Amino acid sequence: MKLEEALEIVSQTDSGMVRAHNEDSVATEAACGLVVLADGMGGYNAGEVASGIAVSVMVAEITQPLKDSSPIKRDEETGEELAVALLSQSIHKANAAIFQAAQSQAQYAGMGTTIVSALFYDNRVVVGHVGDSRLYRLRGEILESITRDHSLLQEQIDCGMISVENARHSQNKNLVTRAVGIDAEVIPEIHLHDVQVGDIYLLCSDGLNDMVEDDDIQSILYAMQGNLVLAAEHLIQTANDNGGRDNVSVILVKVKQGFAQQRSRLAKMLDWLKK
Amino acid sequence: MTAKLILSLDGALIQEYPLSKERMTIGRKADNDIVINNLAVSSQHAAVITILHDSFLEDLDSTNGLAVNGESIKKHFLQNNDVIEIGKYQLKYLNDHVSQTSADDFEKTMIMRAPVQHMQPSAEKSGDTGLFQSIPAAEPEKVSPGITEETPEKSSKPVMAPDLVVAPAPVAAALAAIQILNGPNAGKELDLVKGLTTLGKPGVQVAVLTRRPQGFFITHVEGASFPSVNGQVLGGQPRQLQDHDLIELAGVKMEFYFKN
Repeated sequence: MKLEEALEIVSQTDSGMVRAHNEDSVATEAACGLVVLADGMGGYNAGEVASGIAVSVMVAEITQPLKDSSPIKRDEETGEELAVALLSQSIHKANAAIFQAAQSQAQYAGMGTTIVSALFYDNRVVVGHVGDSRLYRLRGEILESITRDHSLLQEQIDCGMISVENARHSQNKNLVTRAVGIDAEVIPEIHLHDVQVGDIYLLCSDGLNDMVEDDDIQSILYAMQGNLVLAAEHLIQTANDNGGRDNVSVILVKVKQGFAQQRSRLAKMLDWLKK
Repeated sequence: MTAKLILSLDGALIQEYPLSKERMTIGRKADNDIVINNLAVSSQHAAVITILHDSFLEDLDSTNGLAVNGESIKKHFLQNNDVIEIGKYQLKYLNDHVSQTSADDFEKTMIMRAPVQHMQPSAEKSGDTGLFQSIPAAEPEKVSPGITEETPEKSSKPVMAPDLVVAPAPVAAALAAIQILNGPNAGKELDLVKGLTTLGKPGVQVAVLTRRPQGFFITHVEGASFPSVNGQVLGGQPRQLQDHDLIELAGVKMEFYFKN
């Protein structure tokens, strides 16, 4: 099954009710099952520049090699599948590109971006993220955040200093502990998840989850799963109705059919021999 | 401006203590940062841990315990104007950081340059007092050094006012309901209290009623049958509902009305 037919992908971004600029960037590449969302930060238009570089570098670095190589091809040394290696490498490359631009041009000094990205292949999804942009999954009626924010607040929650309930009132809400392009190196968090038919994946910038409660996100996604465009519009509209204090971006991916990778006869034979 | 605690007894102000350190202790003995020389106060009674703009109060197993705003607590996430009671003394927590920000400063994502090392994961449940107590000693040093070297916009502060985040919308919107007029459920009334009310079954036939600051709307989501309002069939666009509008969806007739 081709990815384009198996996945329905919708994206939308809005500058919100308060901000003049939209510093978020999104990209979707249906043919290779890639979605990327970045929330930039920095003065003037540096935020847009950083998130824009992140998204375009990642798309180029992933789509190009996948044109003639299979995402499940394993690296002989590391044993890592190509899809996983590409996602990780592309975040490192985005980091280097932003860091270099920030070093060479004074107006971009200190710019950076969050990234949340997902590459669907072989009935799985590999997720890479840095910062506080999130990936949620709606499976059945359950909405779950699959990524854990790299933020001071999340670390406070993790060590039990502050409850999830109290966290909503914290003033340290928007301090990220990791970002892309700030330092010469970055450590992306990469995880592989199984995908089920009917799953809906939501990638969003904090402009959504800061303004809309998880329960409300769940009820919107669940009620509108049959109409992703409307669901995306409605999520953004709800964030804006609640104040829209930040840029809001969402990417929705619905799994309509399975998309197991075609394996060649030789590969099947080799797999069989390895067992 | 750092947060502070104001110590008073029977309404008479005694002293102000800026929360300038990551961990400040309150107790009877002289080596505490805030000394309250009273027999009802334990030698080391409580501690206040401050991380950036958030402060946490914690009881250090004191004999007589702590209360915040009249409720006894073991640990507490302090909010502006909280009143801590220790014996007959009161400590008022003031954090005017919130009021000093302009709308522009809101929710700009900021980067903490020196990444905070991962705090040791613990087998204990979160919310466990024991866990909370074990952290302050080790934790503040990790967090403190140059924690917020901000991005070029030095002026903007990473601040969020809790009271401003909550949307005024649900309060402003009127109460409304729909009543089913025919079929087996005729007479049933459904209050539209949620932001979104689903009519139909997801995956098959769905229309939603949404409550927004400007009123109530009906939108077709999916399915072959489009809802109609007062005999007019809806397109893909939402339609705002007026008092006593008649909705029809897949043969079921409903009346929309405001309740106040």
